[in-house]
This record gives sequence, structure tokens and C-alpha cells, in this order.
Amino acid sequence: MILGTSRPLLGDCPRGLYTAKMSRTLSEADSKVFLSEFNIPFAPELLAISADDAVIAAVSVGLPVAVKLCGENISHKTERGLVRLGLSDASSVHEAATELLEAAVPEDHATGVLVAPMVSGGRELIAGLSVDDQFGPTVLIGIGGVLAEAIADVAVRLLPITAVDATEMIEQLHTQGLLEEFRGEPAVDRKAVGDILLALSRLAAEHPEVVSVDINPLIISGGQPVAVDALVEVTS
Amino acid sequence: MSPEQIAFNNSEAAFLALFEPKGIVIAGASTHPGKFGFVSLHNVIASGYAGKIFATNLEGVEVLGIKTLPSLEELPQGEADLIFVCTPKSANLDLLRSAARKGIRAAFLTSAGYGEAGEQGQKDEAELVELCKELGLLLVGPNGQGVISTPAKLCAQIVAPYPPAGTIGIASQSGNFVSSFMNWSCATGVGVSRAVSAGNAAATSVGDFLQMYSHDPSTRVGLAYVEGIPDGRGFFDQMKAVALKMPLVVIKGGSTAGGAQAAASHTGSLASDDRTFDGACRQAGVTRAATVEEAFEAAATFATQPLPRGNRVVVMTTAGGWGVVTADAITRDHDLDLIELPSDLRESIDAYLPPRWSGSNPVDLAGGETRDTIPKVLELVASHPQVDAVIYLGIGIQSNQARMLSEGPFADDPDVARIVAYHQRQDARFASAADEISRTTNKPILTATELAVAFGDNAGPATVRGTGRLCYGSADRAVAALGHLWRHSRYRIRRGLPLLDACPAEFLNAGGSSHEAGSD
Repeated sequence: MILGTSRPLLGDCPRGLYTAKMSRTLSEADSKVFLSEFNIPFAPELLAISADDAVIAAVSVGLPVAVKLCGENISHKTERGLVRLGLSDASSVHEAATELLEAAVPEDHATGVLVAPMVSGGRELIAGLSVDDQFGPTVLIGIGGVLAEAIADVAVRLLPITAVDATEMIEQLHTQGLLEEFRGEPAVDRKAVGDILLALSRLAAEHPEVVSVDINPLIISGGQPVAVDALVEVTS
Repeated sequence: MSPEQIAFNNSEAAFLALFEPKGIVIAGASTHPGKFGFVSLHNVIASGYAGKIFATNLEGVEVLGIKTLPSLEELPQGEADLIFVCTPKSANLDLLRSAARKGIRAAFLTSAGYGEAGEQGQKDEAELVELCKELGLLLVGPNGQGVISTPAKLCAQIVAPYPPAGTIGIASQSGNFVSSFMNWSCATGVGVSRAVSAGNAAATSVGDFLQMYSHDPSTRVGLAYVEGIPDGRGFFDQMKAVALKMPLVVIKGGSTAGGAQAAASHTGSLASDDRTFDGACRQAGVTRAATVEEAFEAAATFATQPLPRGNRVVVMTTAGGWGVVTADAITRDHDLDLIELPSDLRESIDAYLPPRWSGSNPVDLAGGETRDTIPKVLELVASHPQVDAVIYLGIGIQSNQARMLSEGPFADDPDVARIVAYHQRQDARFASAADEISRTTNKPILTATELAVAFGDNAGPATVRGTGRLCYGSADRAVAALGHLWRHSRYRIRRGLPLLDACPAEFLNAGGSSHEAGSD
């Protein structure tokens, strides 16, 4: 078992597939370690290299847990069934971890399974960085989750941004009702979401090799944003 | 482009050569009224341009009373600094060399067949740019429709119209959009300072013109149409610098989903071209409009109303239904606040109206007004410290009936004639009151009625126009314009920037804030 927050940073990851832009995606675990350096808030999670380790990890972070296959170039995990949610006992964790490790294909460069506590919250945002052909690097906030692209309620700004820009990005979202008190949960801590956008802006300035960052979902738990899944793409 | 050429293009000398030329040459003047070389010369003469007018024509014939020159060699040295080129592409390089020798500093090219016309055209365009750089000529176009400058009474363009003078500076990638904006200017009476169609923008882009305008004392508001933006980041930097100095309204064509990437990144596919452009505008403090009339009316509002200091809006109406839909429009704009009427304001209005008035916002006078009610209530509302802006509905109704009376079979009846005159006087008074109260309070008061469109000579809208302000064709359009004004104010307030009213001083209380053109 490898503790997620003690892994080396960029550059030490195994080489993955190259996209046409000669970029590669860091594994989910490495992406999170990298983003944690910029104070992006993540739920504590552990990387387990076997099903037995996954059970120990699950007990350690606290049940119920989510178990996900981890490796370079595993995107669209949900579509491939590589995410198992709400596992509430040791045997279901063991079974899920076994299945996921068996489902891995060589191209995934799987390094294990991530075991994370289930983050409870009815609202999901997306935050990220990307590079526009004409305008250069941009930062984005939006309504997230699996429906993010269908809903497409997002705000984009060019980098770098100021704190006022970050505030205005959140204010720009159409679905403001989701950011207020919602089904017994407190209003979203806008300052905390804005801080994530400012952190992404800083990250982009310090790491020009970063081509894109995808933090989706950014679950709102008790009003606070918690990053649950993240992918960082860097130039090779 | 070389740093020297950029410096020249941004210089006052280049700006003056294009917009305040002491003389102009129409190259390729024609006797055929359908040709560019005829139309442009006609328009220059017809607009009353006071500088020297020259024209060239291979045969040296007389065109529109001007004795043309067979070639530029006959042009007196230093008498003209703008050349308006209507000659075919093949003639242009030699023409521009001669022009530069004669002291010309700016060239507007209508000629087609350049960058828009395939590989050879692009090569020719590059050669053209290179030559102008060498000659130190400001190159505008090619493939553009023309340039307007009302301070110089200059209408050097191959299309109509020539707009009334004003403070809006127009730059467009599409020549027809320049015409569209100027047609709105003619329709509303809110005037234009400079306008230019950038054509292929081979050397001078829409952003470059806007930067020039931001240094131009005659221009207080920028209005632009853009399409493809090859250097988005550079355009953003220019827009941001311009918007620091004056309100800038932009409409963008071709907002396609072409940039969506089929990548692993959700962020990448969500951050489409249009959303990125939209974000860039918000970040730069640029007002983005979706339609031509929305863009023009936003610019016209910047040019004719003080900026709101807050978002608290009151609607004053003489009829219920209008007030309701206007309240809906204000509520739909999440940035504007249809305030609850302060109790002290409600009480002071009570003194002027029978109890059936709405008692709330919208302030519906409900037919309870007598001779002086409207100016009085408008003043009470606008001067209240918790009100930042007012929308006034219902002007011109009585004058509309007066028109029908005066055109009808009983127009000669002295009682009818008297009531016609009274209604017209009253509506004119209401319009003047809206203007004066806006000035004394330094708050925007927007007057809206479809009579502005249906019967522009109605005493209500006609007087609004006479005060130099825009009479909006509908309350929704007034709300849309007010929303743009407030977002501009808010952008500046939040960033600690001073509010610079773009409207001329006569729209402001002398004791109030003033335009600080030239300060950063």
C-alpha cells in the first residue's frame, strides 16, 4: 500500500500513451498529489496494489468507500465500469478491487486501485484548466458530475485571474440555486471554490508544462468543495 | 509588423491622417454612378468635408465637378494625407509609392482580390503590407468599405449612410456592420464620432482602431464587430486597455462550437471558443452584445446616460401592464434589483396621487396623474438615495391621441385644437423633465415607448431625442441597456477603478462626477 500524499511528483511517473499533442495524462493518484501541492482539497485516499491492501485501506479511511482503478491513461473510468461506489463492508471492497485489477488492460498502465471514503454531498462542480488555441491558457468552473457536458453551465477566464475574477466566475453560473442552501446542506463556500480557481491559476503560471487539469467532480460536502476525481495532462 | 510601424500606426500622426486629413485623394474616380470611384467621391463631397478634395482618373476627365488628375504625379506636394483607393489591385503598389512621395500618410483600400481571394491574393496582400511598412503608410483594408469622421465631416465610403455627429467610435471587420450601426445612429439620433471598416485588416485591425479611439478626445464609447480572432490573447490585451479608458461594446460573429476538443479533458470540451471569448470580455470589462440593436443601444446608452452607481431600479409607468412586463425583465436580469419601494418614498408619492396608485415598484400612476404629477413623482423617485436608476414608461400616449385628433375630421374645432396642443406640450415637458432630473441626480433615467418607432415625431419621443438621449423602442430594450451599464459600473467599482461617465458633460450635473479621458 502506498500513501497517496508521499509519492514523488511529476517526472517519476511511468510513461503512458502519447496523444497527438505529445502530452500524457498523469495517473489519478499522481494528479491528486500534484494538485494537493497547490492546496486543492481532496478527500484522503490510499493507493492499494492488491485486493487485500484495498480492504486495509478501506478500514483505514473509513467505510463506506469508493474503489477506482488507477493508472496512466485511464480516462472515462465511469464508462468502462472502473469505478465502484458506496462499498460498505470488507468483502465487497475485496471483490470490487479484485475485479478492477483483473479488468485492467496493459494500456492502462494500472498501478493499483484507489480507495477513498465516500464523500457525501448532493451537488457537484467541475473545475479545470485548458489551453485555447487563440486565447491561451484558461481556467473553468461549472456545474459538474457526469452531466457536466450536457448541462454546460460553465464560466471561463483567461489566465491569470484575480480574486474578483474568481468571484465573478462563480456568480456567472446560471444555476445559482444549486449554490445556495440546498436540500438541508449549507450554501456553497464561494470563497473556498474561488480559492481553488486561484490555485489553478497559480499552478498554470508555475507549471507551463501543464496542458489541462480536470477536477470532476468537485463535490460540495457540507458546503465545502472536496475534489474527488482529478486528471492532470502535461506535455512530454 | 516592425516596432517602428506599430509605433507609427499607434501615433497621433497616423490617426490624424486617417480621421482628420487636411486633404483627401480619391484614386480611381469614375464618371459611372454605379462605381466605387464615383460613389466615394460623391459621399466625400456630399457630407461637407472641408479639406481639399483631389481625384485621379486615367483620362483626367471631370467627375462631379472635380477636375481629376491623370496621375498622382500632378498632386501638389503635402496637400493631402489620406488616399482612398478605388483602383484595381494591379495598380496599387505604384500608386502607393507615388502617394508616399507626395506626403500621404494613410491609405484606405477598397480594392478586392487580396487575402480573401486565395493563395495569390494572400501573397499580394503580404507584399502590400510590406510596401506600406517601408513607406510609413497607415494601411487600412484592403477590401474595406470606408471611413467616417464626423468632426471632419468626412464620409469616405462606398456605402451609405452618413450618421449624425456624436461620440461613438465604430470599428468593424465587416463593412456592412458599420452601415448597420450607422443606420441605427440615424434612426435614434445618437451620433457617431469615427467609423471604419477594417476590411481584411491586413495591417490595421479592429483592436488597433479601438486603441486609437481610446486616445481620441472626440470618442467616448467604442462599438465593434469582430469575427475570427487569430490572436485572441493579443486582442484581449488590447480590449482590456481600451475598456480601462472608455466603455467598449462588442458583438462577435461566428460563435461556433468548432473549438470543442474530443479529448479526455471535460474542461477542454466545455471551454468552447465562445465561452472563452465571453469570459475574456467579462474579464476585460467589455460589454458583449448578442444582436446589432442590443450592441448599438448599449453603446448609445453609455454615450447618453450617466453610469449607475448601484443596481437598484424603479419603474415608473402610467399603465399597469407595461410595468409588469418591465418588472419581469428586470427580475430576469439577475444583476439588476427591482427594489421594494422605500416607505418614505411611498409616503411622499402618496401626497401626489389618489390612493389607487400601486404603492409599490413599479410605481403605477394608474391614471391618477394631473398636470404636474409625472415630473414631480419622477423627481421624487430619482432623487431618493436608495434608487440608482429609473425606467419611465408611458410617454407620448396623449400625443398619440392628439395626432389622431389633429389628422381627423374635427381638427379645426377649437377645443380639439386646444387639447392637441396641451397633450403635445405635456409630453414634451415630461421628456424634458426626464432629461433634467437625470442631470440633476446624475442617475440614468431611461424612457421607453414603441411610439419612438411607430411615430417618431410624437412630442414625447421627439423631445427625448431632442435632449440628445435615446428613446428606447421597448421597455425590455431599456432594461437590457441598463443591465449593460450597471455591469460596466460594477466591473470598475469592484476593481477600484474610477467610474468614467462616457456621456458628454451636458448630461451630467456640473457638481457630479466627470469624464476623465486620458487618465488610466
